[in-house]
Amino acid sequence: MGQTKKKKKINWTAWLFIGPNYIGFIVFILIPVVFSLIVSFTDFNIFKGLSGMRFVGFDNIKEMFSDVWFTSAVKNNLLFILGTIPVLIMVSMVVATILNNKVYLKNTMRAIVFLPYISSVVAISVVWMKLYNPSKGQINQLLMWFGMDNPPSWLASTTWALPALMLVGIWMGLGYNIVVYMAGLQTIDRALYESAQIDGANGVQMFRHITVPMLSSTTFFLMITNIIGSFQTFGTVNIMTDGGPGKASTVIAQYIYVAGFRYHKMGYAAAMAWVLLIFIFCITLFQWKLQKRYENNF
Amino acid sequence: MGTPKTIKKVLLTIMMLVFSGMILYPFIWMFASSFKPLAEVYEFPMKLISKNMSLNNLKEVLFEQTPSFMLYFKNTTITTVVSVVGTLFTSSMAGYAFAKMRFKGRNQLFLIYLITMMVPFQVLMVPQFILFKYVHIFNTLWALILPRVFSPLSTFLMRQFFVDIPNSIIEAGRIDGAKETTIFWKLVLPLAKPAMATIVILNFVWRWNEYEAPLIFLTDKKLYTLTVGLTNFIDEAGVAMDNLIIAGAMVALIPMLIIFLIGQKYMIEGLTAGSVKG
Repeated sequence: MGQTKKKKKINWTAWLFIGPNYIGFIVFILIPVVFSLIVSFTDFNIFKGLSGMRFVGFDNIKEMFSDVWFTSAVKNNLLFILGTIPVLIMVSMVVATILNNKVYLKNTMRAIVFLPYISSVVAISVVWMKLYNPSKGQINQLLMWFGMDNPPSWLASTTWALPALMLVGIWMGLGYNIVVYMAGLQTIDRALYESAQIDGANGVQMFRHITVPMLSSTTFFLMITNIIGSFQTFGTVNIMTDGGPGKASTVIAQYIYVAGFRYHKMGYAAAMAWVLLIFIFCITLFQWKLQKRYENNF
Repeated sequence: MGTPKTIKKVLLTIMMLVFSGMILYPFIWMFASSFKPLAEVYEFPMKLISKNMSLNNLKEVLFEQTPSFMLYFKNTTITTVVSVVGTLFTSSMAGYAFAKMRFKGRNQLFLIYLITMMVPFQVLMVPQFILFKYVHIFNTLWALILPRVFSPLSTFLMRQFFVDIPNSIIEAGRIDGAKETTIFWKLVLPLAKPAMATIVILNFVWRWNEYEAPLIFLTDKKLYTLTVGLTNFIDEAGVAMDNLIIAGAMVALIPMLIIFLIGQKYMIEGLTAGSVKG
């Protein structure tokens, strides 16, 4: 009898603690998520309002497959991932290893490479836009100084717009990856390196046969984080190229924004956002599964 | 023994200095250009110092434009501070309850939190847009603040921290007859300072730099934050004002840079918190 009474009292306090957070969560996140799923099966348009909303079944999904803007956005997004993540992983791992214990000014350099990560995407995009300026930008002036007669016009070129955005993506992501790798390196047992050194292994061999395999769980984590982040790339694309020229650099998040808030096809935008969510969900699920396996191994 | 090792260390340091110099270059260029007249912005090679440098660009964007960057700065500060304080408040209370209190449905509620953590903003923006129009907070700073006060990720991080706090501390408080709220404020929360610092850092950086939400939820230029204010300025200014545009970018960037310079160790730790386990 006394126990139930106590239980009831604790219950009430717990709800008091969770209440403010959970009510806000339901109103601003949970209901919108559910509502967005409903909207994705309609032709909702701002001008027609909620009363003009009509259920269209799977029409939005069908439209995606025949919409070249959407298929280009997915293709570009995958190219973006393929072009940035291997570079990010490899460069970060090498730089982290060097920074970790073999240089002077370690903390200063760690702070410098981290700078882009805390910076406003908008401000960064503005600066890179000016650096990429075809005739006056620092990059092309440098290339011309090296003797290149016709350097690419970067953001204005259908061939080079996406790679130019990838470079900015790499530049922005390096700091985070390097710092995470540096933390991962701390967990490797120094004895491994010492015994390898006695066996006559050189730095490159130790990197290949000790550092890389010992960091594999960190690498896995970073790949997942980077992929999820890349699927949500918006700011740089929206500001620097607006997805152009033409469809050349449009990505999923950018096209969702354009469809929903420029063409006002909100039902269609919601449906595409759900496709994006399903991508992210699958990757996360895959991560959970594999992470469990990693944890069992240790 | 010592000499070849030192030479190697010096060489690697030089290599890394070149690498960090490349990372730093856009910042240096921006910094120098924001003090230069338009004619010198595109000089190559770039000059760090020029005798024509002045505060004119900054003065112009901060005070003489309408709306001014000073106003954007104010809007950004209000949005950021209010939402960060709110998040800290709600996430530490809920995180504590999820970690240390027993109640019906706790695990189910927490599972819903975990699942929604991966929902990207793109899924939320259409329904939030409709919701905000409906409750009349569309085109107010509340549209940026309110949804950000309830953060599943922050709640999750706080819960993870509270789980590790020994139950004996809480039990001791209960035996002494302290109320649950007193235990939380006086005993538990002071222990949670590192976790709270992480929450503040993460949310501060994200809110300060937020771009897509203000782009969608604000239409009145007087309410713009620094990010949308800057993109709006680019559209209106055109290429003939590149020096002013760069100065504007600098204004958007500099507060965060200063905070980073002061607390870089904590910020780096906070922003990568939870990424490496053991």
